Amino acid sequence: MVSSAPSFPPQIEEEVGKLLKLKAQLGPDESKQKFVLKTPKGTRDYSPRQMAVREKVFDVIIRCFKRHGAEVIDTPVFELKETLTGKYGEDSKLIYDLKDQGGELLSLRYDLTVPFARYLAMNKLTNIKRYHIAKVYRRDNPAMTRGRYREFYQCDFDIAGNFDPMIPDAECLKIMCEILSSLQIGDFLVKVNDRRILDGMFAICGVSDSKFRTICSSVDKLDKVSWEEVKNEMVGEKGLAPEVADRIGDYVQQHGGVSLVEQLLQDPKLSQNKQALEGLGDLKLLFEYLTLFGIDDKISFDLSLARGLDYYTGVIYEAVLLQTPAQAGEEPLGVGSVAAGGRYDGLVGMFDPKGRKVPCVGLSIGVERIFSIVEQRLEALEEKVRTTETQVLVASAQKKLLEERLKLVSELWDAGIKAELLYKKNPKLLNQLQYCEEAGIPLVAIIGEQELKDGVIKLRSVTSREEVNVRREDLVEEIKRRTGQPLRIC
Amino acid sequence: MAERAALEELVKLQGERVRGLKQQKASAELIEEEVGKLLKLKAQLGPDESKQKFVLKTPKGTRDYSPRQMAVREKVFDVIIRCFKRHGAEVIDTPVFELKETLTGKYGEDSKLIYDLKDQGGELLSLRYDLTVPFARYLAMNKLTNIKRYHIAKVYRRDNPAMTRGRYREFYQCDFDIAGNFDPMIPDAECLKIMCEILSSLQIGDFLVKVNDRRILDGMFAICGVSDSKFRTICSSVDKLDKVSWEEVKNEAVLLQTPAQAGEEPLGVGSVAAGGRYDGLVGMFDPKGRKVPCVGLSIGVERIFSIVEQRLEALEEKVRTTETQVLVASAQKKLLEERLKLVSELWDAGIKAELLYKKNPKLLNQLQYCEEAGIPLVAIIGEQELKDGVIKLRSVTSREEVNVRREDLKTGQNRDFNFYYGYFIDYYWQKWPDTTPFSYKALGA
Repeated sequence: MVSSAPSFPPQIEEEVGKLLKLKAQLGPDESKQKFVLKTPKGTRDYSPRQMAVREKVFDVIIRCFKRHGAEVIDTPVFELKETLTGKYGEDSKLIYDLKDQGGELLSLRYDLTVPFARYLAMNKLTNIKRYHIAKVYRRDNPAMTRGRYREFYQCDFDIAGNFDPMIPDAECLKIMCEILSSLQIGDFLVKVNDRRILDGMFAICGVSDSKFRTICSSVDKLDKVSWEEVKNEMVGEKGLAPEVADRIGDYVQQHGGVSLVEQLLQDPKLSQNKQALEGLGDLKLLFEYLTLFGIDDKISFDLSLARGLDYYTGVIYEAVLLQTPAQAGEEPLGVGSVAAGGRYDGLVGMFDPKGRKVPCVGLSIGVERIFSIVEQRLEALEEKVRTTETQVLVASAQKKLLEERLKLVSELWDAGIKAELLYKKNPKLLNQLQYCEEAGIPLVAIIGEQELKDGVIKLRSVTSREEVNVRREDLVEEIKRRTGQPLRIC
Repeated sequence: MAERAALEELVKLQGERVRGLKQQKASAELIEEEVGKLLKLKAQLGPDESKQKFVLKTPKGTRDYSPRQMAVREKVFDVIIRCFKRHGAEVIDTPVFELKETLTGKYGEDSKLIYDLKDQGGELLSLRYDLTVPFARYLAMNKLTNIKRYHIAKVYRRDNPAMTRGRYREFYQCDFDIAGNFDPMIPDAECLKIMCEILSSLQIGDFLVKVNDRRILDGMFAICGVSDSKFRTICSSVDKLDKVSWEEVKNEAVLLQTPAQAGEEPLGVGSVAAGGRYDGLVGMFDPKGRKVPCVGLSIGVERIFSIVEQRLEALEEKVRTTETQVLVASAQKKLLEERLKLVSELWDAGIKAELLYKKNPKLLNQLQYCEEAGIPLVAIIGEQELKDGVIKLRSVTSREEVNVRREDLKTGQNRDFNFYYGYFIDYYWQKWPDTTPFSYKALGA
């Protein structure tokens, strides 16, 4: 059948012919069938157990956002490619594009901030306080260490609008602290700095504008490596003069509270720089407000905080977990940033035809890392995580009681009770009890022939095995009472 | 700048002139001459400016959800999820895209409606078209033989969205499925029970669930003389909704239009939920072809969002987009510090509170903010009240006021303190109920 086959030595050709004949007997369809049983690289399913952890974490976060009066929005998973172009600098190559299928050119969203700016400009909004929790997409090489994926959640909270200085900024920090405390993932610290202070500091130290960005990323590594290493990188790799590096070192190794702000306001060189003065003045005001909010002990003014400066224009902050001695045995996942944010006054203006600015300040919670930490903690504590909320299993003690089970479970559902039954006509009692133990269902309502005649249901506690006969009319109330459910339809 | 504006005006006028000439079907030379002038004017504007585009739209067939739409959506999901949980369902989530191969061959003719991702050198990917195929892939991948799960997520279809309410290229699906080998019809019956519970709880009107069986259809067409090859087309003639080849029992919930709603757009009529039994799908993913019987349902939430939004508009009900219970306000100037202290105490006690981001806001503006946002209570700090150690608590709707003692307590640590503030806010919340349909129980965080 093959018309233009290459010519092989006769012996090989003969054996190949036999192979092809055998394969042909298998049948063409079977050999092509592939079973694709994986999720794409850098993505994962969430099992019921992981969803239970995720729901708990989101619940804490959303309660906090709502406590502060935030509205919520949602945007499409993809944007017009043009919307995302030019907003992420070098990271643009990490954007997922959709195939050109004849319509608009689209890309999956890379973060929630650019869509937010687009939303504000599109709806001509001048002020809003909103949160947005959704997945974003980045085509980088995921370090498959816990928490780094190509598809991952972001939890953003932002306040947009022209307001009196530092009040919304202080509220963002208050929110960050409330969330991290409520999650009970350990002690944390919030580092604060300001883009203008960094700008001014580098200027008076002698860093040229063109080197600003790259020196920033070196300085930012100070939380992980020593000053010597950072200095070597700046001088050896990035061509910075050693004296300049030393001057930078004098500043960036400092961190402290409001006293450091006041000290720098008196610094003879820094106080000559207009930008730095602005930044320091705002930080001083910020610390006053943070003290009134009762969180000043969690905040550290840290001159080495320089990360992610692309669209920030003012205050920037980052929350890190502090590893306590008790957890020293754990993997160093506890160290590292779990939340970050800052002020970015120029972004919305990039979307407005007239360039109208809408000042914004916000924060982003690094939930993927938090999921991992919480999952780790639960495993360490050997805590059982329930994946359902079922309160009672409707069971039968003898055969031919399916009808009665169906009737009773329906009554319970109609009364708002969370109930299940096994999908078997004549299940064994033992199997039904086992089902409860595996799923963590606390109660069993057992229907038996004698009990039916007496008009009662046997209510049994799965853990204690205590049983009590309950009148059928009283069953709903009894279940609600025992499971702590308020006496109203849910 | 003025020059530029003048130029832009000239361009606009010249453009109109050209259009007018074309409409009048003027001579070709004349049109060409005027077009030449137009191009010259445009060139003067400068190339950069004319290329700058401000892209202020969402992609075709997609939309943002405003806070108001989110409030409706959250309420609807809350009803649906409560029902799924009441029936003991677990929940899963899957990635927004799958390997292209996973989706290939599962959707028949609809395959051309799948969104593909660009080949950027890695795996070939496509956005999920529904939640059922990912579910089957999940079952096979984890070698599960039984599970009762729900999954609520957006799916993606590149069809021409009828922009009538409820039809988009990106839209939510709410799926509930029971997979496993069980005694006949018990899980099937529970699925229908769930569908009815949800549609009743949503209070969107009377409904009817139509039920049929693929085997009955097969048999019926056979005895009527329909050839196997014509089966599919006859089926779609018989039922516009049926597209899925593996459904054996098909059911569909349909909203009935009541006389009272006759004046509304016919959105109230039509399918709001559908489902059925599909025993062959998981087997397509298993290397050994092992079957896992499945039965499930899908709620058409986008249509339900529209119906609920319509109802709210018709009833002129105010929909709150926040849950704030109290605004911390000041009656005079220079009280920002006091406001910040008090609002922080309230947050630490779990109370939902806000303050205006102004150093010296006018009381009237603060009250107006409450009215617009539907905030029921205002805690007003005043100089005299500070001296007396009280806060003035005021109902925004009734305008009743009461002085409440403020004790000198630490934030957050003291149980009595938490109770004190919680009690007073809750007490006045009950006493002066707000007017929204989605009123939230003031039980603090």
